[in-house]
Amino acid sequence: MNKPLFTLKKVSTTVQNSVGLHINILKNLNLTINEGDFITVLGSNGAGKSTLFNVIAGGIPATSGSIMLENRNITNESALKRTKYISRVFQDPKLGTAPRMTVAENLLLALNRNKSFSLMPRQLNKHIDTFTKLTKQMGNGLDQRLQTSVGSLSGGQRQALSFLMATIQKPKLLLLDEHTAALDPKTSAQLMKLTDEKVTANAQTALMITHNLEDALTYGNRLIVLHAGQITLDVTGVEKQKLTKEDLLNYFASY
Amino acid sequence: MNILISAIGQGLIWAVLGLGLFLTFRILNFADMSVEGTFPLGAATAVALIHNGVNPYLAMLAAAGAGALAGLVTGLLYTKGKIPILLAGILTMTAIFSINLRILNGANLSLLNQKTILNSHFMQQLPPFFNTVFVGMLTLAVIIGSLIYLLQTNFGQAFIATGDNPTMAQSFGINSDSMTIFGLMLSNALIAFGGALVAQNNGYADVNMGIGIIVIALASIIIGEVAFGDLSLNLRLVAIAVGSIFYRFVLLLVLQLGFNPNDLNLLSAIVLALALLTPKLQNIFKIKKIIKGSVTPHE
Repeated sequence: MNKPLFTLKKVSTTVQNSVGLHINILKNLNLTINEGDFITVLGSNGAGKSTLFNVIAGGIPATSGSIMLENRNITNESALKRTKYISRVFQDPKLGTAPRMTVAENLLLALNRNKSFSLMPRQLNKHIDTFTKLTKQMGNGLDQRLQTSVGSLSGGQRQALSFLMATIQKPKLLLLDEHTAALDPKTSAQLMKLTDEKVTANAQTALMITHNLEDALTYGNRLIVLHAGQITLDVTGVEKQKLTKEDLLNYFASY
Repeated sequence: MNILISAIGQGLIWAVLGLGLFLTFRILNFADMSVEGTFPLGAATAVALIHNGVNPYLAMLAAAGAGALAGLVTGLLYTKGKIPILLAGILTMTAIFSINLRILNGANLSLLNQKTILNSHFMQQLPPFFNTVFVGMLTLAVIIGSLIYLLQTNFGQAFIATGDNPTMAQSFGINSDSMTIFGLMLSNALIAFGGALVAQNNGYADVNMGIGIIVIALASIIIGEVAFGDLSLNLRLVAIAVGSIFYRFVLLLVLQLGFNPNDLNLLSAIVLALALLTPKLQNIFKIKKIIKGSVTPHE
């Protein structure tokens, strides 16, 4: 525990907007993610939260600065290569699953992450028991629908599946990008609880963007606030536990 | 009777095109126009090689290779060049037209008095038109069998996922560009192989034989889907073969009605349009919906 896993050093990112203007989104951002950290990420729209995730996952290159994974410099590694150790759950349940394939087929694909996709038969049946056990943990009937195509699932089931798929092969880092935001309050709370259980049980290092202040306070061992491309607040452990919603609201009001 | 056997034989060998197009149209989810070029390319390659004394089987393999190469070009233009897939296909198709003229050294080339896979000693023992049926059956068995195996491998599943949701595929370490290029290469190899078969069956290759090919190939896919409704992925491949035969029967029927062969492209387009409109028409008439325009789950 507490060994630095990912280190972002003076990372800046410039992207071109639709009219061709260059905009600095991240500005000399420093962040050390320690092993086992479950960090909730807060920040207003446009603060750079999603860009931060994209830079970590490799979808957007860092214009300057460096990103280290343990002792290895991964600043220039492609997004495809980084999928070996980073997985991600998006806000839109549609983004994380293949709609025309069955639940079991989707899980099998996720299980094969990191392995080469060989010309050997897929042996789906061999894994059904494991998949049934896994999906049962979700407690939303997903285990009854293993042979159903994902397109016919409810948004909640689909997002629970996305989450399962992202964690079925434990990644070094799990990025949760407002993954409960598109769900109704009850389903959202259910998935949030499951997320917490799984992350805690596996000592999964994770970053979670949320706009829900209570979730940000309840879950995780560390909380960061992004503002105008920089981390302006970073609290851990006891300090985070003492933090209240009022503190956060006052903090945001001060901008 | 002979005319029916002939239609079945035609349907079987043309089904190879439907299978090729299925990989891009249904699995990768886009319409690849390069097939209008790769079909005559396969025909031209095979006919020119046979004309030069090359073994017809080797000539067909070369045709498939040429098709794969053309698919590679379209794939690179699309994935690496970021050219929209329709335009990328049209570029390849247009370029191939000139290449075919060079391969054939003219607008067409006959196979008169040449050895083809359809006129070997064994084939001549068969009743009339049964040679096409025999070759068609054998070819389809091998191709459908191989595709079924391929699509149920881990690789095949990654390929299907790419067409289904490229973002998701990529986030699980699947190189969606490579998968797309692979799909285009395999699809066009099959279509060029189909071209080589059809040319041998017709006895010639012609630079214009690609016009409307995508419509014919789509017709076998769509007719199969309309006729059989919801099927597993494996059975859908078989349905394409049956759809292709149905399509030949439809053409036979309209020719019997007195239309002439020059009307065929118009008729093909109408048949396909009707098949594609079936879901709409069914909605209008509140008939049970049987088309699912998608890869249905296996098992």
